[in-house]
Amino acid sequence: MDWQVIPDNLGFLLKGLAVTLQLALMAMVLSFPLGTLAAMARLARRPWLHWPAVLYIELVRGVPLIMVIFWFYFFLPIATGRSLDNFTSALVAFIIFEGAYMAEIIRAGIQSVPRGQVDASLSTSLTTLQMMRYVILPQAFRNMLPSLVTQFIILFKDTSLAYIIGVIELTRAASIVSQREIRPFELYVFIAVVYWVFTFALSRLSRLLEIRLSHRA
Amino acid sequence: MLLVSVNAAGFLGLSYEFRWEILFQHPYLGWLVEGILTTLKLSALAWLQALIIGVLVGAARTLPWRFLRAIGASYVELFRNIPLLVHLFFWYFAAPEVLPHAFQDWLVAHGIEFWSAVLGLGFYSGARFGEVFRAGIQAVPHSLIEASASTGLSTVQSYRFVVLPCAVRLLIPPLTGETLNLLKNSSLALTIGVAELTFMTRQVESYTARGLEAITAGTLIYLALCLVIAALMGRVERRLAIPGLIARGITPES
Repeated sequence: MDWQVIPDNLGFLLKGLAVTLQLALMAMVLSFPLGTLAAMARLARRPWLHWPAVLYIELVRGVPLIMVIFWFYFFLPIATGRSLDNFTSALVAFIIFEGAYMAEIIRAGIQSVPRGQVDASLSTSLTTLQMMRYVILPQAFRNMLPSLVTQFIILFKDTSLAYIIGVIELTRAASIVSQREIRPFELYVFIAVVYWVFTFALSRLSRLLEIRLSHRA
Repeated sequence: MLLVSVNAAGFLGLSYEFRWEILFQHPYLGWLVEGILTTLKLSALAWLQALIIGVLVGAARTLPWRFLRAIGASYVELFRNIPLLVHLFFWYFAAPEVLPHAFQDWLVAHGIEFWSAVLGLGFYSGARFGEVFRAGIQAVPHSLIEASASTGLSTVQSYRFVVLPCAVRLLIPPLTGETLNLLKNSSLALTIGVAELTFMTRQVESYTARGLEAITAGTLIYLALCLVIAALMGRVERRLAIPGLIARGITPES
């Protein structure tokens, strides 16, 4: 075993890590509004809002992430008429995929707000949208903060799948170096540790938030 | 055989002509069927491994012995926090490196891809199953454990005869979710060359250049498999559910 391979290629590996973080953060931020819309649509009583949301959420959740990545890898160039770079293609796939999971978290969050809040805000003659904006969502977001952090952990790990369509994120970077240096053991153990450090730290944060919030409630 | 070509150009404004009949032609249909069988075999073996690890780890995390709790917690934290893809690469590329050469050759000759995928998927899912079992066991009211202790059962006996049978009934819904995750995660085995469903979908795509048709087929097959498994688990849940008994089992302590 020769661990020298890690410091020798550290710059390249860190660039991969930067892409991983960029992908995870952008997908998280952009899938949040999508998830919120899908959750509200699913909770809506109007069938033309409700059923498309159910279809989107259940379809995406019933399919492996790889399939969704391939979908956008093949579909986006046809739909937009020009080829996209791998990063954008992966990012769109992650946003659509995460949006469905996010929607279920947000729906659970909205449903955790006591029913009385709905009655109270409607009785002050707020419209449904105003009620969501000023009363329900602020409380719901607080309740679902721990779940959102957990979902971010999952997303962070899932970004490794961008490897498949050739995005040079952490896993692809390690595999490139591993093939050049023929040191798979050192490299895969190294990235396992890197992933672990990030996700473990985040899972601690999630637990901390949970304790904080349960104290306040 | 379907010989309909749907021209979607006017429908979505796309310049793409669908040719679904490709999927039913030889040898592509056979490839997809092979892929389904490999996905099911891989998932079933990994599921069994994950279930055994899950029961052990889940039980260990609830036992009154600090040492076992620490081992269970470490297992979950170690295996759950690393991406499955890295697990697979580790078992496929890295782990055999430390084995003797003769054994490496034997592995390569005996489908190392498949068994690496089973191991990686099983160990990874084992951590997630472990969390399901821990939650299920913790949902069993403590008074039940005290009652079994007062009738002279040892801790192991009370787990075997009282706690686990109750817990299993409570945790089937989350276990179904994790089982579906396992099935979907088995698609990652394509990265190490296991010819499962996603791999075969890709292969159909690269031989026919009909990407959207191949992926649509793969997507629908995964959806169908998920629905079938969810339905099966639902049956098991209704089978095991003994009305009364469960209601008593989950009554919160007062």
